[in-house]
Amino acid sequence: MSAADGAGTGGAGGAGGSGAGARTGAAATARARAEHGVAVLPAVFGDEGRRKLDAILARYPAKSGALLPALWMVQEAHGWVSPEGMAEVAAVLGLTPAYVKGVVTFYTMYHQHPVGKYFVQVCTTTPCNVCGAEDVVAAFLKATGAGALGATSPDGLWTVVESECLGACGFATPVMINDDFIEGVTAESVPALVARYR
Amino acid sequence: MGFPHPPHPRETQVLSRWFGDAEARTYAGWIKRGGYAALEQALGMTREQVIEEVKTSGLRGRGGAGFPAGVKWSFMPRQKTKAHYLCCNADESEPGTFKDREIMRWTPHQLLEGCAIAAYAIQAEQVFLYIRGEFTEPLRIMQAALDEAYARGVLGANAMGKGVRIDITIHRGAGAYICGEETALMNSIEGKRGNPRIRPPFPAAVGVFGCPTTINNVETLSSVPHIIARGGAWYKGLSLSSPKSTGTKLFSICGTVARPGNYEVTMGFPLKELLLDLAGGMRPGRTLKAVIPGGSSVPILTAEEAMDTLLDYEGCVAKGTMLGSGGMIVLDDSVDMVYQVMRLARFYAHESCAQCTQCREGTAWTVKILQRILGGEGRPADLDVLLDLSEQMTGRTICVLSDSCAAPVVSAIRKFRPEFERYLGHGKAAARA
Ligand SMILES: Cc1cc2nc3c(=O)[nH]c(=O)nc-3n(C[C@H](O)[C@H](O)[C@H](O)COP(=O)(O)O)c2cc1C
Ligand code: SF4
Ligand code: FES
Repeated sequence: MSAADGAGTGGAGGAGGSGAGARTGAAATARARAEHGVAVLPAVFGDEGRRKLDAILARYPAKSGALLPALWMVQEAHGWVSPEGMAEVAAVLGLTPAYVKGVVTFYTMYHQHPVGKYFVQVCTTTPCNVCGAEDVVAAFLKATGAGALGATSPDGLWTVVESECLGACGFATPVMINDDFIEGVTAESVPALVARYR
Repeated sequence: MGFPHPPHPRETQVLSRWFGDAEARTYAGWIKRGGYAALEQALGMTREQVIEEVKTSGLRGRGGAGFPAGVKWSFMPRQKTKAHYLCCNADESEPGTFKDREIMRWTPHQLLEGCAIAAYAIQAEQVFLYIRGEFTEPLRIMQAALDEAYARGVLGANAMGKGVRIDITIHRGAGAYICGEETALMNSIEGKRGNPRIRPPFPAAVGVFGCPTTINNVETLSSVPHIIARGGAWYKGLSLSSPKSTGTKLFSICGTVARPGNYEVTMGFPLKELLLDLAGGMRPGRTLKAVIPGGSSVPILTAEEAMDTLLDYEGCVAKGTMLGSGGMIVLDDSVDMVYQVMRLARFYAHESCAQCTQCREGTAWTVKILQRILGGEGRPADLDVLLDLSEQMTGRTICVLSDSCAAPVVSAIRKFRPEFERYLGHGKAAARA
């Protein structure tokens, strides 16, 4: 998180923070990013995003219920959940950015940093592990050029991580590439799979 | 069926009857297969009658704890003073378990129908269907079915034209095993970190958004339409062993087994036959070493113990383990028990929400000590330290994730101690390659 995030948010977390403060935070963050030559990410909750969010809000008795769905919208739009994204979500839901960050950091699927164009998750928990899942990981690291777990390949295309049980243990080894869920991957089938995405 | 394998004649297919049949996913296909008749029937009964029928069936929760579903529903206040909610637990993250995914992939309307009937019984006008974030395909299929159900008037302000409001909302998780724990699940729906809550108050009194709530597993709710359609007595009659375990159960079989998949058998089915006959036994040239019968959170059985275990709640308890979620992890003689127990402990350390000291520290230290042992630097007292640590981690925390880490560790050390000892006292020479 950049230092600018703190500005205007008033520090402490907890629900029900002021929306106005959160908006200032978003602006300050965007300014800081612009000054450092980092691309400013477009707002997610403009006309269309706002309509989609309103439809979600209608299904929950409290605004906070829309927090996880709103964060998914941010990740879909930007590829990750940036500090600006968190600030924007905080503003539209009347929460503080600190509170939103506290939630984001709890869940493994929200990316807190930009990742490769293809984000690969390989299950290596015991049932898959005994079926050769660690060899599948090694094959991905090699075929994608990512080299190490969590690192992005030099061409910016691939990030490979180990994940815990993906709920498809009978189809070892399941792999997720972005939103694609692929069953029965073996170390041998990895190069062809990677080639399909390239 | 042992999906993706063809059905086995010894299966009793109730929930899995249409697995593999894409037409059953559509509203028209579901109606053609007799779908939504049970919902219509239930909406013509009183709420009490629906609950009684489910009580009669003996249906117990399929999410792990095995609590009787009808009894749980009857805990909801009769006099409604606040909104009531039903949460359907589709977080399915327990290692070894992959049955709910298959229910959602093939029979989304079966689940929606069960949710709607349960919602009616507990006077909930709103259902949250909590699907784990990684289940992108089930999510897509459930969403399509949900849209169709609304379009056909099955759900909404006037469900089935019966003047009852039943809304179902899909809430997508974002990666956290602990959100399958029911109070963490509710926090996650409320837009909070998925920390389990201290009980009491119990969810039937103070649940999601502070209102009375019932939480049930996907498989539990999917069984309900069949119970309404064919009667509680019929369901209760499906039992091979203990009268306290009724109906059919989807067993997810995985690990080093010839035909992994989901097999639906009647409660009380012998583990040996499920494993050797239906699932095809071991891979060529391999022998069975151990089975974890109920998802990774339950004590491990040796091959010998597994061979005379009956698969129902009581049969598993008789062998010192639990039926749990019915996710059966099969380990053959090629498996390094020490390494795999470490890998399981690593799962729990990764998934601990870190609220309780015993769990946060205990899971992390269990991993560290096991890694030290695997690295050839174990100390003679390490196994006792692990056992002591596990004891401190059991029965003392807000939820049972901590106990779940201890169970496989303790049972593995007790039953496979020589494998652990082989790593001890030989320095680096013993280290795992
Ligand atoms: C750490 C932990 C994880 C759990 N994960 C799940 C899960 O993924 N799916 C599930 O249905 N139940 C899970 N449970 C059990 C739920 O807390 C709850 O008992 C269950 O959903 C109730 O439904 P049932 O009575 O129909 O089984 C979990 C429990 C614990 C302690
Ligand atoms: S036992 Fe573990 S997972 Fe459960 S509440 Fe305590 S710290 Fe969290
Ligand atoms: S252990 Fe790999 S999907 Fe469950």
